[in-house]
Amino acid sequence: MSDTPLNGATPRSSGLLSGWTATTWATAICLVLLAVVPPVSFYAGQPFHVDLATRLVCLSIAAVSLNLILGYGGMVSFGHAAFIGIGAYSVGIPAYHATYGEFDLIASYNGWFHIALALVVSAIFAAITGAISLRTRGVYFIMITMAFGQMVFFLFVSMETYGGDDGLTIDVRSELPLIDLDKPLQLYFLCYGSLLGALFIVHRMVNSRFGMAIQGAKGNELRMQSIGYNTYVYRLVAYIISGAMCGYAGFLLGNFTTFISPEMMDWTRSGELMFMVILGGAATLVGPILGAVAFILLEEILSGFTIYWHLPFGVLLILCVLFARGGLMGFVSQWGRRNG
Amino acid sequence: MAETILEVRDLSKSFGGVHATANVTLDVLHGETHAVIGPNGAGKTTLISQLSGDLKPDGGSISFKGRDITSLPAYQRSLTGMARSFQITSLLMGMSVLDNVSLAVQAHDGHSFRFWTPARKDRKLRDKAMQSLQVVGLQDRAGELAGALSHGERRQLEIAVALATEPQFMLLDEPMAGMGAEESARMVEMLSGLKGEKSILLVEHDMDAVFALADRISVLVYGQVIATGLPEEIRTNEKVRDAYLGEGDE
Ligand SMILES: Nc1ncnc2c1ncn2[C@@H]1O[C@H](COP(=O)(O)OP(=O)(O)O)[C@@H](O)[C@H]1O
Ligand SMILES: [Mg+2]
Repeated sequence: MSDTPLNGATPRSSGLLSGWTATTWATAICLVLLAVVPPVSFYAGQPFHVDLATRLVCLSIAAVSLNLILGYGGMVSFGHAAFIGIGAYSVGIPAYHATYGEFDLIASYNGWFHIALALVVSAIFAAITGAISLRTRGVYFIMITMAFGQMVFFLFVSMETYGGDDGLTIDVRSELPLIDLDKPLQLYFLCYGSLLGALFIVHRMVNSRFGMAIQGAKGNELRMQSIGYNTYVYRLVAYIISGAMCGYAGFLLGNFTTFISPEMMDWTRSGELMFMVILGGAATLVGPILGAVAFILLEEILSGFTIYWHLPFGVLLILCVLFARGGLMGFVSQWGRRNG
Repeated sequence: MAETILEVRDLSKSFGGVHATANVTLDVLHGETHAVIGPNGAGKTTLISQLSGDLKPDGGSISFKGRDITSLPAYQRSLTGMARSFQITSLLMGMSVLDNVSLAVQAHDGHSFRFWTPARKDRKLRDKAMQSLQVVGLQDRAGELAGALSHGERRQLEIAVALATEPQFMLLDEPMAGMGAEESARMVEMLSGLKGEKSILLVEHDMDAVFALADRISVLVYGQVIATGLPEEIRTNEKVRDAYLGEGDE
């Protein structure tokens, strides 16, 4: 899965691998490492690494979903963590009622039901908030998406039944056929497979007619309207797809942590997702994954030094935005061009 | 007399105290090239923006092919057969020349809620886009980034994008702006090739080009149409000479 360069020039491909660019290599290496390292660590007696990798992959899916609208669509959403929360509570709330009774309508341990709930509620939330937010531009869009995110945050804080701001423990993970999410490796491979799926969907989508339309609207909205695009509608649909995909990441994250709280959808969490996309390389396929790796590593290292690790973190983000405009993937493709 | 394709009635638009468009009434006939000339700041671009739907008029009406389009958004006007080019080049600089034109073809080939098939490999879009590039003479630059084109080539691409929407009516805002003599001449030749086939509202400063292309000319000064007529009538019109043609000696 390579990014077709924006200029539309297809890479020469005489042999199967000869047309691979540095970007394609980075993608492949990234995905192979993610497939190999966690099981090896697990059998080498380092289950902690599997946990780290699972969290990494869940956040990657969320970042990939954000990249669809932020990177390819130019919609800088600062409220994306709300969808993670919606997805996680789509597991937590039905499981809670299945265990403690009441609200029989949604009480269930069924994983398919949880996924459907996560997707549908996220999509509806995205449709409503997107319809309003997308009438604004620039800083206003950032602020209004953040405000909607905080609205969901406070909604869950106020729901005492589900623990309010103390959060909710998921006693029983989602039940799915063939796989047992209580087994760390099985859960991991569900997440990893989902990441591959998300990447494939985004890859197909950004190169499709729809993808061209949203990338055009990012580049020059006035031009797109004057050649016949209702840019608002295309953007809204992209926003809904992105929200639903992020809700799915929340479903996975909820099953991973088994403890969910409104803190998952705080605005700082949305900021972290933005960090991953921008640091890794917006509008590149695997950039968000590199960003998520960098995020997890930095978090592990910096939080060991100081509890105020968000400060150096913020500084890094600013440096990255100022000096590395293409993010980590920008370095990779530049390196590739110089060496090859 | 031939049928009108565009009817503008009492159109007005103010910016603060500036009457950029003051009760403009104007017709464009089917197949006609109608030039709008006037000094800088006369309101030519403002007029085009209202006709294309990029700017909302304060009053008056616009009808296109007999249908009132005054409150139609820009993208719907495009879908009904109107296209505009921008005075200040407005392209997708990060995309290829071919992508820029391809997107215009795509917009007029049904909806774009097609999520799966690669658009860049879509022969239907690419072939049509190449045809438009050929008309303006940019076929050899198809794979280049739009941002890498020279000024003159960007002006040509502007036209190719407009043509790719297969319009019946084109609004061209100073297509020769900033071009050298040779490039201008090529543009005039290209536009005269469209004459008759397309109805055109042409805003242009280059008087040689205007007199070479226009069937009729309207003169806009301070937002008002002070004269409309055949090129010969405009050339000899006293009011026009005083207000406009006389001052800059050509
Ligand atoms: N967006 C705007 N805001 C305020 N004034 C404007 C705006 N656009 C144009 N004007 C003013 O309207 C008048 C006409 O401008 P314009 O249509 O660009 O003229 P032309 O294209 O004939 O040179 C000018 O006085 C200009 O300053
Ligand atoms: Mg102008």
